[in-house]
Amino acid sequence: MKKSASRSKQSNGHGKSSSGPVALLVATRKGAFLLRSDQKRRGWRISQPIFLGHVVHHVVQDPREPRTLLVAARTGHLGPTIFRTHDSGKTWKEAKTPPAFPKAPEGKKGQVVDHTFWLTPGHASEKGTWYAGTSPQGLFRSEDGGETWTSVKGLNEHPEYSQWMGAVENGTPDGPKLHSVLVDPRDKQHIYVAMSSGGVFESKDAGATWAPLIKGLEVVEQFDATVLPYHDPHCMRFSGPNPDRLYQQNHCGIYRIDRPGETWTRIGKTMPKSIGDVGFSMTVHPRDADTIWVLPMDGSGVWPRTSPGGKPAVFISQNGGKSWKRQSKGMPKRNAWWTVKRQAMCSDGHDPVGLYFGTTSGEVWASRKEGARWKCIARHLPEIYAVEPAHSSR
Amino acid sequence: MKVRIPSPLVSYTEKREVEAEGRSLAELFADLDRRYPGLRFRVVDEQGALRPHMRVFVNGAQVRELGIELRPNDEVQFIQALSGG
Repeated sequence: MKKSASRSKQSNGHGKSSSGPVALLVATRKGAFLLRSDQKRRGWRISQPIFLGHVVHHVVQDPREPRTLLVAARTGHLGPTIFRTHDSGKTWKEAKTPPAFPKAPEGKKGQVVDHTFWLTPGHASEKGTWYAGTSPQGLFRSEDGGETWTSVKGLNEHPEYSQWMGAVENGTPDGPKLHSVLVDPRDKQHIYVAMSSGGVFESKDAGATWAPLIKGLEVVEQFDATVLPYHDPHCMRFSGPNPDRLYQQNHCGIYRIDRPGETWTRIGKTMPKSIGDVGFSMTVHPRDADTIWVLPMDGSGVWPRTSPGGKPAVFISQNGGKSWKRQSKGMPKRNAWWTVKRQAMCSDGHDPVGLYFGTTSGEVWASRKEGARWKCIARHLPEIYAVEPAHSSR
Repeated sequence: MKVRIPSPLVSYTEKREVEAEGRSLAELFADLDRRYPGLRFRVVDEQGALRPHMRVFVNGAQVRELGIELRPNDEVQFIQALSGG
């Protein structure tokens, strides 16, 4: 039976259903933008650029204090920093000590944060706590709303760090990165992170110790899947209502794991063969653990990383990855060579769920009805790195 | 001494030319950061090296080492060096 919005509503989840306007926080290579919808999410208005010219990798709202936003930024010349607002963007302040690796002992080469790639608010009970994932791979924590950041030593200074992550020069083209920082809503000590490269790691003691969680994940053919730096998760999400289930879009397929299980299952094998299961981004239904959306890309030959065949489409699974359905109504039927990066697809908490994604060619697309129909709501923006939903702060 | 500031850093100093002190470039950056908090980290990384796309000139000559000695009448200029779109 097809799952409807009403069935979604019945699922018991932690995600609360809501209605009304939505705001989208759009991070781009040349600044950030705010898109605001009307009450029915039909009409959208875009803000003037925020931090125009800055390379903005992520803009995230604090769900504990909705007037607070954090921006991970750098410029072509200047080093990385974090900007914060506590009044919905009227005024901004820069972090006093942005994420930075510890200074290396004399004579040794130390790590340098190239950019902060990912921001995650901490546990609901820890007001002011944030996590930041960086390039190269590093995890940083703030306990004062993003003003000062400290290195999570259990990961960044682990004796096996280089065996886990590999060398910087062997990382992904835009620099190896730590992303998908997930804090268990039931336990503030329980954290997952994903790294490109390095795989998935789990901590049960707030970052003091870490263990890899890579069993079942595939790596590029002919490489050894037990070697951590060969692993390349692109995007990892908790299922909306059930933090014991995680989904992952990996360089080598789409996966699911149900904890306390230790093995990922490649659920992308059920995708149409002509499309495959390579991609960067994915998002989940806030109230239905079985429903996820992915946006596949072309991973053939030299890895164009565009829509397969120039025909973009989102794919939905409503049964935890057993089967998939194409959702492309409203999208171009041909000659659309999009790429959607790992942070650039999200869902809101509405019923029906609104879905959003931003392209490297500067367009934002939205669906008010869980992917059934799509509409372009912004175009001509710089290359989009991330799209995150924000809730009304009034 | 006189320090000329490039446009990406004017959001810190609010002017293109400022006064700062230091017996070395490292001390000069420390003084600039006291006067204009946050400026140093945008130009000098956590390992104490100049960031790749920043250039520093002392009396017209380019320098890369922060340990270089400075005299009170030296003139220091920061320049942004970036290409591409």
